[in-house]
Amino acid sequence: MEKHWLYQAGMPRKLWTAGAAVLAVTVLVELFVSLHPHFHSARLFAFHALYGFASCALMILLARFLGMLIKRRDDYYDD
Amino acid sequence: MTDWLHPGLMIMLAGLFSPLVRGPLRTALLLGVPLIALIGICLGHAGAEHSFSFLNYELQPVRLDKLGRLFAIIFCVMTFAGALFCYRQAGKGELATAYVYAGSAVGVTLAGDLITLFVFWEIMAIASTLVIWSGGMQNSRGAGMRYVLIHLLGGVILMTGIVAYARETGSIQFAAMAADHFSTWFILAGFLLNAGAPPLSAWLPDAYPEASFSGMVFLSAFTTKAAVYVLLRGFPGTELLVYLGLIMIFYGIIYALLENDMRRILAYSIVNQVGFMVCGAGMGTELALNGAAAHAFTHIIYKALLLMSAGSVLYMTGKRKCTELGGLFQSMPLTAACGIIGALSISAFPLTSGFVSKSMLTQASVDDHLFVIWLLLQAASAGVFLHAGIKFPWFVFFQADSGLRPADPPLNMRAAMIFFAFLCIFIGVAPGYFYELLPYGVHYAPYSADHVVTQLQLLLFSGLAFFVMLPWMQRTLTISLDFDWFYRRLGPSLWRRLVFCWGRSNASLGRSLQAYYTRISMFGRLAFSVTIGQYVALVIVVFMVVLVIFQWLAQSA
Repeated sequence: MEKHWLYQAGMPRKLWTAGAAVLAVTVLVELFVSLHPHFHSARLFAFHALYGFASCALMILLARFLGMLIKRRDDYYDD
Repeated sequence: MTDWLHPGLMIMLAGLFSPLVRGPLRTALLLGVPLIALIGICLGHAGAEHSFSFLNYELQPVRLDKLGRLFAIIFCVMTFAGALFCYRQAGKGELATAYVYAGSAVGVTLAGDLITLFVFWEIMAIASTLVIWSGGMQNSRGAGMRYVLIHLLGGVILMTGIVAYARETGSIQFAAMAADHFSTWFILAGFLLNAGAPPLSAWLPDAYPEASFSGMVFLSAFTTKAAVYVLLRGFPGTELLVYLGLIMIFYGIIYALLENDMRRILAYSIVNQVGFMVCGAGMGTELALNGAAAHAFTHIIYKALLLMSAGSVLYMTGKRKCTELGGLFQSMPLTAACGIIGALSISAFPLTSGFVSKSMLTQASVDDHLFVIWLLLQAASAGVFLHAGIKFPWFVFFQADSGLRPADPPLNMRAAMIFFAFLCIFIGVAPGYFYELLPYGVHYAPYSADHVVTQLQLLLFSGLAFFVMLPWMQRTLTISLDFDWFYRRLGPSLWRRLVFCWGRSNASLGRSLQAYYTRISMFGRLAFSVTIGQYVALVIVVFMVVLVIFQWLAQSA
């Protein structure tokens, strides 16, 4: 079976590069758009980018920690 | 048209008659009636009311105002699309009960008094249980039983509240009330149970994924959104709802991140999304209430779309665990594309429906200067992209190739997905028409350069977090313990231990307890020796008789 082009070698690197470019654009465009944040702390440059990343990282960490406590085999209730 | 036939009853009757006809007539009945009901609701002038006396009370089965109409409209649209998705594939019993379920949800949104509301509320509980049982999956029976017990408990709580309320105030009119009394607390608790609020949120991810590939599409739409509707009408501005909503939001995200079953991910995500709406109901300003109602409307569409996409995968592959899926975009391009549109909408990407509805909720927190709430809602928006926006499409359609090559599903299933994908984009691109439907006047423009840029930053960097931390997100063959552990594990094991201890201390008591216990379980087995199909048929007949009597009463009044 021939591999789809998305699964070919070298693709992950290209996708990461493209993704990084898009991320850079969404941050840099802030230089040209006047933002009107209502709250003080949101005036920081790239606040939403940093906040989005940090809050998600925190949620993943929290889920991982909680997972250690509450994860069970998926046939746990089957008996 | 609402003058001579209740739109909800019409949908229920269509469902009940559908098993009796076949061929084009059945198709016309199933697809036509929700549309006729929709037209009736749209044409009925706002403020229309119909009432009749029952015992000493004035019942009002139809009260048409903007809030109720918004929900009734989306319930009819959902019924049509849900039927289109599965009228050739789903079992007759399942579709019949799904229509009773949908019709009773419409009945809830139009009910002007608490008694009518309660009757439709309970029909909704029973009909949705039958939808779950019709699933015929390995765990459908047990999950449906737990589901119905929880909802009957909710029904009793609600009824207690309504009876007390009627005694205290002498009125059964369903209008805004304050949670400051025994009666209103009970009513609020009954409503919240159906919304999936903590601590009893676990019924939702426990039961819904055990319905069939099509049953869950219907289930995702009605119970929780009808609960949002009654909260918006009954308890706007109740501060407690803000905090409960926030708990639901983060509960949904964290549990969905841990989950392996693709439809259970989406079930947790329902709790998460309803959390946004409950939070909006709690903030209580016009913008917040508009936002919550709008979000319920768009959520029904994109969540159904996501579940149609997941349902198609389940229908074509028979698999539901992320660990067994992957790479399906190659052979199911349309299902993947529609799933991605649903995922972008739920994440509130610009140009999708979620963007124009959820933004109103965040804006409401800004207008009220609620900084902490705003921060939490922003984090939650990022988290939605994480658990539903990327996780679902990534693990089902991409990631490592599973080698599965199922085709896209049959034509009618594809058509339903395209219809809802179109609505997601249409509402996102041209929100003006949609805003017209909202209960209060809208003075809000979602598309400003400022808002689009900040939203894109928030979402795309949330995506970055997902891929950077992907090794920690790899799926495992596990489930996560939840509140249902108390009634699925702790309760039964305590009971067994109690019987054992009594048996040792008092032989005769122990023997009779043991015998009683055996008899109950035997009765349980006996009860289930009647097939679920026969149960469904029996309930359908009873429903039909009750409906005809009700319609006759309403006519002759």
